[in-house]
Amino acid sequence: MYRYDIHDQTLVDERVAQFRDQMDRYRAGRLGEEEFRPLRLQNGLYIQKHAPMLRIAIPYGMLAGKQLRALADITRRYDRGYGHFTTRQNLQLNWPALEDVPDILADLAKVQMHAIQTSGNCIRNTTSDQFAGIAGDEVEDPRPWCELIRQWSTLHPEFAYLPRKFKIAVSGAAQDRAAIQVHDIGLRLWHNADGEVRIKVLAGGGLGRTPMIGDVVREDLPWQHLLTYLEACVRVYNQFGRRDNKFKARIKILVKALGIEEFRRRVDEEWAHLKDGPQTLNQAAVDAAKIHFPEPARRPVTDSAIAEFERLRGENRSLARFVTNNVTDHKVSGYKAVTLSLKRREHAPGDVTADQMEAVADLADRYSFGEVRVTHEQNLVLSDVPVDELEALWKELDALGMANPTVGTLNDIICCPGGDYCGLANAVSIPIAQALQERFEDLDFLYDLGPLDLNISGCMNACGHHHVGHIGILGVDKKGEEYYQISIGGNSTDDASLGKILGPSFFREDVPDVVDKVLQVYVAERHEDERFLDTYRRIGLKPFKERVYAQQ
Amino acid sequence: MPSNDTQTDAVELTPVHVDHLIADGELAAENAWCVSYDTETLPEQRPAFVPLALWQANQDDVELAPLLSSDTELTTELGQQLSGTNAIAVDFPAFTDGRGYTLARLLRERYGYTGEIRAVGDVLVDQLDYMRRCGFTAMALRDDQHPDDAIRALNMFSVRYQTDVEQRQALFERRLLASE
Ligand code: HEM
Ligand code: SF4
Repeated sequence: MYRYDIHDQTLVDERVAQFRDQMDRYRAGRLGEEEFRPLRLQNGLYIQKHAPMLRIAIPYGMLAGKQLRALADITRRYDRGYGHFTTRQNLQLNWPALEDVPDILADLAKVQMHAIQTSGNCIRNTTSDQFAGIAGDEVEDPRPWCELIRQWSTLHPEFAYLPRKFKIAVSGAAQDRAAIQVHDIGLRLWHNADGEVRIKVLAGGGLGRTPMIGDVVREDLPWQHLLTYLEACVRVYNQFGRRDNKFKARIKILVKALGIEEFRRRVDEEWAHLKDGPQTLNQAAVDAAKIHFPEPARRPVTDSAIAEFERLRGENRSLARFVTNNVTDHKVSGYKAVTLSLKRREHAPGDVTADQMEAVADLADRYSFGEVRVTHEQNLVLSDVPVDELEALWKELDALGMANPTVGTLNDIICCPGGDYCGLANAVSIPIAQALQERFEDLDFLYDLGPLDLNISGCMNACGHHHVGHIGILGVDKKGEEYYQISIGGNSTDDASLGKILGPSFFREDVPDVVDKVLQVYVAERHEDERFLDTYRRIGLKPFKERVYAQQ
Repeated sequence: MPSNDTQTDAVELTPVHVDHLIADGELAAENAWCVSYDTETLPEQRPAFVPLALWQANQDDVELAPLLSSDTELTTELGQQLSGTNAIAVDFPAFTDGRGYTLARLLRERYGYTGEIRAVGDVLVDQLDYMRRCGFTAMALRDDQHPDDAIRALNMFSVRYQTDVEQRQALFERRLLASE
């Protein structure tokens, strides 16, 4: 975990004082609504459908148990005792009172947290791989690099009024778990033949109303230049990004309009002046960042303990199911990463109660060195669990309702708040997720379907990542009525792709049937061991379309 | 190239005077300068900031200084030409238009400009700290802004992570030096 020193702490404290002052001026009528807007957004504060909404940053998804406890306390004291983990590794509170926000921010600052730049037209919270530092396929731990980016982007004086929001994601593993291809800037850390860190830089990805996959700006940026190169990219965007139309203001539109060669040329021209400048990283600076992410003091797990775990797993079918879906291999033998499912029919995907937060913090302390990660699939991860404690952990999770053995399956739905909370929604999305979870709850069936991403957004802003769901569901509005458009074939990992729309949209009550028909086509057409996505890629949209729209 | 025509509406043709000017971190005692957005005729009042092209056409008039629109593309040639003046104004057509920050940094850091850079237009209290860090030495507050709020807002932060025009070492570098 990154720990604040006096500088980080002073900065967040001063930020709280600044926002308190701004809020006072706003309430006294000295700061107009329009002028206050970007200030509150850059402190995470939205004005939503029912109430304000506060988005709290969880930098690259890392949380300490102590922080999670503080969040639980905050949701109890200032909200309704629960919070919502989002696809951008943040936590949203749905019911805070406007006038409490400075106090909430002050409480967050006490545990080294904040809501800085979680919204607004600025560089947002940098996101990363939830298995950073422990994944077997990792080449370079992204967390220190994310932290360097966090610091560089926090209150950057030049980039607080960009044309539009700006999102950076970083991955350092063979498999991309951070969706870097659908971010404004995606960074992939890799090692060259000499073992030196190089950075592949993508730009111009994003979802929303014009979804796009990012283009490669540079394959092999030497690590020393990470910050100066980012500065060059964002500076080009700040100068040339469109500002006349907010729907065309994202960097993806600029990259598309210029073409990647011209965009690259401009970035390089800019970079030529910044390169080797004072923000050039050196080994000492990177080492200083790395110190914050040490290997935990893992006790050795004996071979016999591992064998015992395998035996248990063979005997206990429920445990085996949990291990297959929710437990991920670790780079250290005898250790596993455990994903806690926040997907249950009783609540919105990503929702957690204060009691659960505290319980998870306790579990993290007892089983996983006191750390928790937030995933962009809206789940939580305990990253360092010894296998001989897995069964005990699993039982405790089960009692908390967080052991749903469905991670990665159709049941593990990504879903935005939709019409139940969001003022921009065209349709509800949480009830759609719940209806699907109810329809498809048979575990054998879910497992038979294999890995399947089903993502739901309540409008084209795509907060629920519907474009990159293997099955995507989008709420649309037709003459004041709620309809749902279904797409298939999207994917957010290495071979990222955008889903294709099946055809005309559906009534809400028909959505589970339609999804069922899509699945029937897959089950009928698949080759052995073929994923849904691969079957779709092989056979195309037509068979799905025919089945779904067939006359009864 | 995408168009950047946010500022076509609300073109003000009469020269603007500003009641409250923040200069060098304080409320300035007086402010002789006016700002004219008229691209064709020179204002009668002097000294005046006038649109770039008009200034270029009248460079021998020492009572004029250039006013850069936020979409100015600061080429090397222009950057060098601007170094011949004592003051430059950068327009903020809307406070949400962040291009002026980059312009100021380029003037200071790339073209070594040492004269006054003044922010004019939609200049709000809560932007001043960022402006100063990007190289503005004077900020002409929008009429409705309270000058005492401005001075307070300017001094809210004692820590900055990044390099900027005032702070030439990133915090990571300063931390390393402190720990040596
Ligand atoms: C309820 C309040 C929310 C509002 C008003 C809101 C608003 C928006 C808007 C306007 C966009 C489109 C921006 C654009 O593409 O230019 C957007 C995109 C997005 N939002 Fe939200 N959002 C909300 C909640 C959420 C939640 C809960 C999540 C996560 C579950 C989320 C994650 C995202 C993501 C991932 C995108 C796509 C960004 C991209 O294009 O890369 N948002 N949101
Ligand atoms: S996708 Fe639309 S409905 Fe859903 S949270 Fe985003 S803005 Fe709201």
